[in-house]
Amino acid sequence: MTLATTGAIGSAFADPVLDAQRTFRVALEALARPGRLVESPSLNEAGWTIGPAAASLCLSLVDHDTPVWLDAAAADAAAALRFHCGCPIVTDAGAAQFAVIGDGTALGPLIRFTVGTDAYPDRSATLIVEVGELREGGPLRLRGPGIETEHRLTVEGLPDGFWRAWRENVDRFPEGVDMFLTCGARLCGLPRTTIVEG
Amino acid sequence: MTSDETTAAFGAEHVAGYNFAYLDEQTKRMIRRAILKAIAIPGYQVPFGSREMPLPYGWGTGGIQVTASVIGPDDVLKVIDQGADDTTNAVSIRAFFAKTTGVATTERTAEATLIQTRHRIPETPLREGQVLIYQVPIPEPLRWLEPRESETRKMHALAEYGVMQVSLYEDIARYGRIAKAYNYPVRVHARYITSPSPIPKFDNPKMDRNPAIQLFGAGRERRIYAIPPYTAVESLDFDDYPFTVEQWPESCALCGATDSFLDEIVTNDKGGRMFICSDTDYCAGRRAENGEETAA
Repeated sequence: MTLATTGAIGSAFADPVLDAQRTFRVALEALARPGRLVESPSLNEAGWTIGPAAASLCLSLVDHDTPVWLDAAAADAAAALRFHCGCPIVTDAGAAQFAVIGDGTALGPLIRFTVGTDAYPDRSATLIVEVGELREGGPLRLRGPGIETEHRLTVEGLPDGFWRAWRENVDRFPEGVDMFLTCGARLCGLPRTTIVEG
Repeated sequence: MTSDETTAAFGAEHVAGYNFAYLDEQTKRMIRRAILKAIAIPGYQVPFGSREMPLPYGWGTGGIQVTASVIGPDDVLKVIDQGADDTTNAVSIRAFFAKTTGVATTERTAEATLIQTRHRIPETPLREGQVLIYQVPIPEPLRWLEPRESETRKMHALAEYGVMQVSLYEDIARYGRIAKAYNYPVRVHARYITSPSPIPKFDNPKMDRNPAIQLFGAGRERRIYAIPPYTAVESLDFDDYPFTVEQWPESCALCGATDSFLDEIVTNDKGGRMFICSDTDYCAGRRAENGEETAA
């Protein structure tokens, strides 16, 4: 480890116990009410090369039990995640329980992440994907568990054809991957049950 | 502010020497990850590393671990046992969290953000922003029909649920009706057959498309499962034998409610008995309202 990397380990939560709890509650609300935007609790962003919402999710959910895969845009966060979470960083996307994608436009095929098995669909990856724009309202129509009738959402910064691939992920239920879309400090959940049209 | 300073700032009751909400942080992370997968796969039982808790199995160790992983300083906690806030199990668990977190507690359903429950869903409708946490003894709805975990896991994987329909049919053949009065199996999001925990079937319709988050914890059996808000929960039945809920010829002897689940109370040894609401908060609320009307 060179000295240069020690400068990029970022800050942990100011309060490790309660900030982790607050972040989890935000994540729970987000995943239980897909597409609804929520704000992650404040985090000292200095030294983090991934967005504050993505970093907070990692700090609250990731540890030595959860292998993490990073895309090229998030690769610089490896030292910080190793230092604060103690998580193994893996190069095989299929071996990851969490994947941090720093650039949503470069998100490759979803199928390279593990989707679990029919007997254990919970043994599947959770993707944390940074996108360029995340707004309530707009062209995307979300339906499924957690949504009373329909939820409208705007997402910019995902590859062309992504929503077709997402539909395949939904059709694979109960297997599949789950996502958190993050944009700075904002995030929303997208579990495998959410049908997205538009 | 460090964690020590923050926790010290909570209520005077808060006991020093324990982490916030008793569990260590690694355990909470593991349980939190299980809860998130449970939300993503409605009705599927997620295995988790259940810990020893300072109370015996069967007293709500699963529910307590889920509550401890979810609860924060801003929460208002309500704990009920068979609908009542004032029974041993409810009082002990409420005191446990008051001591280990210092959070506010309440007996009012409408004021609570977290409700841990044993065997009832409150009569007062739940809303968004509330989390209902069930204590579950046997999370596997197929367990009494197939004792082997390896087999029930396959049955869930293949959605092979014929055996459950057969058991309901056998009830009809033998008794002329589906005889299950509690722990009545449900199908969640048209996929997994799920145990509602031993709530009376009276409460089953409240699970369907409920605006609150419903989490289930089984400590001894090491399973967590969930029903997200606004999720379809269907009680199993047959077209010619539709699902029905209990009805009583009487109303509550204390508040006069005709729409709540009633407990039968033996009042003396001469055969005297009365029916009263199982939900003590609902009953007390109605009596307070009626009392005000009478006074006015």
